[in-house]
Parts: sequence; C-alpha cells; structure tokens
Amino acid sequence: MSIDMAQFHQVFFEESFEGLDVMETGLLNLDMGDVDDEEINTIFRAAHYIKGGSGTFGFTSVSDFTHVMETLLDEMRDGRRQVTQTAVDVLLGSVDCLREMLTAISDEQDVDEARVAEHKKTLEIELNGGEVKTDSATETGSEAVVSEAGTITDSSVNSDGEQGWHIAFSPHAHLLKTGNDPVRMFRELSHLGELTATVDFQGVPGFYDLDPEECHLSWDLKIAGDIPEAEIDDIFDWVEEECDLAIQPLSAKSTKAEQSAATQTVDESIQAKTEKTPLQAETAKPVPATENSKPKNDKNKEAAKSGAKGSSSIRVDTGKIDTLINMVGELVITQSMLSLVGEHFELNKLDQLKNGLSQLERHTRELQESVMNIRMLPISFVFSRFPRLVHDLSTKLDKKIELVLVGENTEVDKTVVELLSDPLVHLVRNSLDHGIEMPADRIAAGKPETGTITLEAYHRGGNIVIEVKDDGKGLNKDVLRAKAIEKGLIDEAAILTDKQTYELIFMAGFSTAEKLTDVSGRGVGMDVVRRNIQTLGGNIEIISELGKGSTIAIHLPLTLAILDGQSIAVGDERFIIPLGAIIESVNVNESMINRVAGKGETFRLRDEYIPIVRMHEIFGVKTAQALKLTDGLLVVVEGQGMRCGLFIDDLLGQQQVVIKSLEANYRKVEGVSGATILGDGSVALILDIPGLVRLSNQ
Amino acid sequence: MASILAVDDSASMRQMVSFTLKGAGYTVVEAVDGVDALNKAKGQKFDCVVTDVNMPNKDGITLIKDLRGLPDYKFIPMLMLTTESGMDKKQAGKAAGATGWIVKPFNPEQLLKTIKKVLG
Repeated sequence: MSIDMAQFHQVFFEESFEGLDVMETGLLNLDMGDVDDEEINTIFRAAHYIKGGSGTFGFTSVSDFTHVMETLLDEMRDGRRQVTQTAVDVLLGSVDCLREMLTAISDEQDVDEARVAEHKKTLEIELNGGEVKTDSATETGSEAVVSEAGTITDSSVNSDGEQGWHIAFSPHAHLLKTGNDPVRMFRELSHLGELTATVDFQGVPGFYDLDPEECHLSWDLKIAGDIPEAEIDDIFDWVEEECDLAIQPLSAKSTKAEQSAATQTVDESIQAKTEKTPLQAETAKPVPATENSKPKNDKNKEAAKSGAKGSSSIRVDTGKIDTLINMVGELVITQSMLSLVGEHFELNKLDQLKNGLSQLERHTRELQESVMNIRMLPISFVFSRFPRLVHDLSTKLDKKIELVLVGENTEVDKTVVELLSDPLVHLVRNSLDHGIEMPADRIAAGKPETGTITLEAYHRGGNIVIEVKDDGKGLNKDVLRAKAIEKGLIDEAAILTDKQTYELIFMAGFSTAEKLTDVSGRGVGMDVVRRNIQTLGGNIEIISELGKGSTIAIHLPLTLAILDGQSIAVGDERFIIPLGAIIESVNVNESMINRVAGKGETFRLRDEYIPIVRMHEIFGVKTAQALKLTDGLLVVVEGQGMRCGLFIDDLLGQQQVVIKSLEANYRKVEGVSGATILGDGSVALILDIPGLVRLSNQ
Repeated sequence: MASILAVDDSASMRQMVSFTLKGAGYTVVEAVDGVDALNKAKGQKFDCVVTDVNMPNKDGITLIKDLRGLPDYKFIPMLMLTTESGMDKKQAGKAAGATGWIVKPFNPEQLLKTIKKVLG
C-alpha cells in the first residue's frame, strides 16, 4: 500500500515552526548560572521532534542539520556539557537557519545550501570544541567496522550457497511479559522459508511449580531456503536479551535424508555455544544516518510539493469548535420549530412565530460571534518574537534592556495578527535604537542602568490597543521641528501643537537618527508603519515626555471582517460610515458656510474650517432630497488626522455589517472601501473615510 | 479487527501513524502523551500500543512501565518509536517491558510490517 506522505507536511511544518519558537524561547530563558533541566529538556524535545519528523517526511537535509543540534542539546541535557553563552548563541543561530530551511522547503524555494553548510560547521565546531570530549570519533570508527563485518558475513553466506539456518532458541522465563510471543516469531520465520520446529519440554517444572505466565519451553528451529542472516536477526532483534540464541548456517550439502543425522552435529555446535558475536548482531541495525542523509535538495522540494500549496490554516481550540457545534444544534432546533409553526399556520400561532424569530435572531448572533471567535488568536503570536529581537539587538548595540510583555492573551483577528507583526517590529526597533540610551548615559541621567521596553495589549471598546512603551530619552520637540524644517517638510513659521510635532516622525523621509544604523533609521519607516496601520483601519498615536520616555499606541479594530457602521441615507442610496471615524453630526446654517473660489466649500465648526464633501455629487445620486447645505446633515469624519464634513440626507441606524470586498467582485472605487448587504437584500457601499478626506483636501 | 493505541506528542507523526494503521483496517485511538494514553488505556483494552519515547508529562518508557502493571496489558505488545541514536533508550524500554521498537525515521510500509509482526 502506498500512502501519500505529503498530506502530513502542512501539519509537520506548522509543528516545526512552533517547535522552533519553543526552542528560541527556551534558549533565551536559559540562565547561565543556574540551568533549568526542564528547560533544556523542552528545547531538546523540540529539536528531537523536528529531526524525527523531517526524517520521516523525507526532508533529509533538515534532519541532518537538526541531528547536530540534537546531539549538542543531548549532551547538555545529560550534564555532559556546560551550557555556555557561546553555545546558546550558536544554537540560536541554528534555530534561525533551520527556520529559513523550513520556510524555503514549505514555499518550494531553494534552500541556501552555503548558509546551511556554514551553520552546520559552526555547530560541529561547537560540538567538538566544547568542554566535553565527544566519542563521536570512536563511534564512527566502530560503525565502519560493523558494516565491514556485515558485508563479510553476508557475502560468505551467499558464496557458500547456504540453503538455510539452524536456530536454537531458549527464551528466558519472563519473555512473555515483554509482550513478545514465540508463536508470532515462528509465524514470521515461516514467511521466510520452510520452518521445522522441535520443542523441548525439559525446562517445564512440575504442575504445582508451574507459573502459567512464564515461558519454560525452548525450541530447535530449522528454516530452509536462501535467506539472508539479517532477516533472521530482524525477527529476534527485540528478544536478543530475553533468550539464549544461536543461529548457525545449515551445512551446504545436507540433504533431506541426511538432516536427522545432521541434527547431532548441529546440537554439538550449539553446545559449543558459538553465539553470534555482538559485532555480527549489529549488522541487522539500520544503515548509519550519515549514509542516507546527504543533503538532497531536489528530493526535499519534491517531498514538500503537494504538502504546501501556500494554503494557510489555523489552529483552533477544541472548546471553540464545541461551542460552535452547540450553536448549530440550537439553530437546527429553532429551524424545526419554525417550520412546524409554518406548516399549519394560524393567526393564534403568531406569538409562537415571534418567539421563534427572536430565538433565531439570538442564535444567529451567537453563532456569528462564535465563528468570529475562531479567527481570534492571542496577540502572543506576535509578541513571542520580541524577546529574541530585543536580546539580539541590545547585544549588538551594547545596551541593557529588559522587555516586559503585558496582556499576551488578548485575542485579535488572525489577519490583524499577521499584518501587525512588521509595524511592531519597527516600533520596537526604534525604541531600542533611538529611545533607550546607552547604560552610561542612563546612569548619568539618574535612571536605572537597564532600560525597559513594555509591550502591552488590551481591549478597549471594539478596538484592541497595543502600546510600545520605553523609559528612554523621549522625543525632543525642538530637534523634531528643526529636522522637519531642514528637510523641508514644514514651513519655518508653522505653528504646531505637541501632537502635530510628534506626528512629524510619521512623515515620509523623516529620520532623526544622527547616524544611520542597520538596526533602524533607513529613512523609510514610520510613514510606512502608519500607512500599514491605517490600511488595517486603525490609527497610531504618540505620547512622549522628554527624558522620561515615549509611548506609541496603536488602535486597531478587533476584526477586519465585521465593522461597526453608521448607515446613512443619500436619496435612495444607503452608505455605511465606519463608526469610529465619526466625530459628530451637525446641522449648519448659512452663516457657517464659506465658499472659497476654486477650493470648494468649507464650514466653520467652532474655530476650525472643515471642507464639505457633497455625497450626492461624488456618487452621482440623482434622488437626493437635500440639495441645499442647510437642508441636510453634515457628518464630521476624521481620517489620517484630517477632517471633512460629509453632506447627507439623513442618519439611519447603527449596525454591524459584514465587509465584502468590492475589489474582488468588481474593481477598486475611490472613496469606497467595500460593500455590504443590508437586511432587505440591497447593497450598501462602505465609505473609505481616509480616501474621502484626501479627496476633499485636494 | 485489532485496536491500537497510538501515542505521540507530535500531531504530524500521530496523524501519519494513525492514518497508516487505519488504512490497513486497524481501529486506532490517538493519545497526545503518556498521561492521556494511560487514561485511554484504562477505559478500553487495546490489542497493541505504539508510543513515542520523548514526550511531555509522561514519557513513553514510563508509560510502558505503567501499562505493564495493569492486568489487561500484561502480555499486550507495546512498541516504541525511537531514533537510531537511542540505543540506551531501547535498553531502558526493554527493561520497562517494551515488546520492541520501530526505528525513526520510518515509512508507512515499515510501520505496517512491524505491526503485522506483533498482531498478524
């Protein structure tokens, strides 16, 4: 039977990446002075697993590489090797390398052989040059001898043209208790050739001494046929230590007639106890790993091919699925109840119908919540990579930094989790590089030598807030301002609030680092970060105090699939405005409106002039009722720090809407971020507020 | 048809073992570690146990030892999945009462062949 191993690849990759994370976390947690055995064990198990899996699923280069790591870890685990910082660093490097290999294989890309080889060499140097004398050299030596001996035995068998084997098999009394059974072994033997078995009852004690759970019989077996010794060995492999065993080739010339006579001689040979030497016993063992583990890139790729088709999967807590199944059950009950009502409907069943419908509504809502819940992942999926990042970077920059993670179990939509990773890395790098001062500067400033970076996540309303907080030097407003003027980003005379000054760092082409480092400060950065966050429907704000530190807070919607919206009416059309974007809604009178030639209309709201966007004009709605600004409503919305007033007929209700992509089904439309289907089946467009604000300010 | 308890903390290995054995007509119950396996083994009598060695909570060798102590599992074949480097593990396993071992990495055919050896 042939089994397509590729079907297990996806799970294997997922587990391997998890294993790598476990190893990484474990390695970072290792305290040089006082090594936790369980920690080492966990790391070892992860490596061990990846090795075993990759071997089984045919990724030989991976298993080959992991083998070296495993050996190193094994020695640490057994206390034969000291855990040193160098060794940990080498292992961390190997984790990275392994991650790259696995990513490459799962993406069906080429593995960077040179890099792998280099890392493997570093590992091997660590393994051999460490503080322990390894016996790998002697092992290899003995393996060579073994295989040599093996060849000799096998070839001698063949050249002599042996016709079978004589086996004297006396199990020890406790053999049965290991779950082994002579009968099964004989059955196996009989598959190899014609088997003749003679049983010896002599060892059986008297009836009263007989323990039925013990084995007191021994056997004399003859098996005819041209059978390699290794196959016989295989069968007895598991019981070698639980029996007296002698395997002898039958005489080449012995014929059937002579066999009974020959028994005598064979018996003698048994008495001579010419047992197999341990060396020969080794021949049955599998080929040493080195032989079949040469990096075979093509094969690796082949093996990965059907397994990873770029499909993304998600691990879901069984509890969540149970809830879901429960909900569906409830829904089915409600449905059958309703159909019962509908079958013979009479007016007096109206109450029942109403009941049923409200139940249906409740169940649907709960079902929706449970389904959304499946996509929710703890933010720790993103946070978990930071201890490593901070460890590496602080070493590189010679800074002392402690990373504090808060609220790791806060759950957020999978898409958000994935898209959040890069912006966060950027922010943490910035804090590390620009925020936290050098130890000496910190002491001089009267702060603790070790700086602290806090990553915190929490829910607020329908949003998740993620804060990157550092106790570094904070943002210097004067420096920011000077820099912005120098770069021509703002006018020298510009009057900026604190908030606006801090937000300068989000402008393209702004970098305050005095020198560019490879840690951060490539000039592209914060503007990209802000754009990414805004694409996710979120916003980003900065709070900073000079000398005390900065906090950057990211606000994001919990999910990208559902939106809290305000539906509005413009003529016959319905639009949805994301609730979070709405500042207020106002009626205007003529005195508030200004018309600027060539620049459109604005209205004054308290001391601010806000551009007006006439929705019916932009979207070409001919049925609009309010054509004069004073007749309708102005909804003030904010996007990208700028405001505009949307001129509409009326506000309708607030509701949660499911976002359907317009791009996927039609094409991108400016000012519209998606569409949704309303309760009556009609389609409403969801407004892209930042886009509209941009339009209005042009 | 014989029932088999497959124990491995790695989901992919467990799936592979279970899928292979089910494909050959065996009834397979999966367990994620030694503790889980022991509980499942107490609830139902299996004809064979296949277990990984390195596992959290309770490793394969301790599991075999514990199972052998149960009257139902006195003579049941128990196989451990081990790597070629684990000779000392084999010894420890045998001492705990393991019937035999399957050397990792193995392919489905090798697994079935070995299972047939003990179950027929």
